[in-house]
Amino acid sequence: MNVFINHELRDLPAGATLADALRMCDPPAVFAAAINLQFVPRSSYAQQLLTEGDRIEIIAPITGG
Amino acid sequence: MDMTTPHMTAPVSHDDPLILYGEVFQSRLMLGTSRYPSPATLEATVRRAQPAMLTASLRRQGAVQPEAGAAFWKLLQDLAVPVLPNTAGCHSTQEVITTAQMAREVFNTPWIKLELIGDDYSLQPDTLNLVDCARQLINDGFKVLPYCTEDLVLCQRLVDVGCQAVMPWAAPIGTGRGPVNPYAMRLLRERLKVPLIVDAGLGLPSHACTVMEWGFDAVLLNTAVALAQSPVDMAGAFADAVRAGRAAYRSGAMQPQDSAQPSTPVLGTPFWHHP
Repeated sequence: MNVFINHELRDLPAGATLADALRMCDPPAVFAAAINLQFVPRSSYAQQLLTEGDRIEIIAPITGG
Repeated sequence: MDMTTPHMTAPVSHDDPLILYGEVFQSRLMLGTSRYPSPATLEATVRRAQPAMLTASLRRQGAVQPEAGAAFWKLLQDLAVPVLPNTAGCHSTQEVITTAQMAREVFNTPWIKLELIGDDYSLQPDTLNLVDCARQLINDGFKVLPYCTEDLVLCQRLVDVGCQAVMPWAAPIGTGRGPVNPYAMRLLRERLKVPLIVDAGLGLPSHACTVMEWGFDAVLLNTAVALAQSPVDMAGAFADAVRAGRAAYRSGAMQPQDSAQPSTPVLGTPFWHHP
């Protein structure tokens, strides 16, 4: 199953969850995630099943104005 | 009162907190955290400015070095200043909503600086979609501070949907031009009763002082401080200007006169018209 993690194509087994995807990409200590422009709370990572073509965004805090 | 003692801060600025969504802030200056020459300079600048809130943002993993991101996070924890996350760079309502929800989890705060960009050149907010976007955020439990233009009707509509403060620009972000539409800004102050925070476009402490004299409640700065040759000193100058402007507003300025009037009593002038 192909998904995009921060615009990079990744191959994951069928039935993978967002938690599985996050383990692949070594996220920073503090982050949040969204799939297909929908926020996914931290408490749902292990239950959030991925589907072909999902676009996962992992974001971290930075400086801002 | 000891009249020989100079006052570093106007007395009227005491017991005059900024109140946003029922929360009390002792400072009327908000500060951005971007574009400083170094993290150490940012930290020193914040300690000098003593801002009410610090703005921060979110970016995709990999956009910044992990070490830099971790250091910034630790700095925010150490400074213990309330964080105001922004939705900078968002061009659609859905992008804003998702970014705000992510920010709420990351920063553990309901505050959000709503930025919905409508034009990449001027960074002008998307005024046609801003109100509905604010409404959705408020319905989702956010304390929304919307970055907007100085348009009276737009600001009124933002208040109508539940914004308890609005943040009109003085000029486009990062231009440092100061208030380019004084008439509209003063009209806005006259008509709206909610706190008004001038966000974007200020370049000099005198700009900040001017809008505070007009009755605006606070200012939000970033570039004017961060790109100064000495950000720390400039932050101090802005903090003083904000306090001075607020004190002047609360003191009630005299009305300008058309003709000169001597400030020294005329009666008893020696050598009056003496040839």
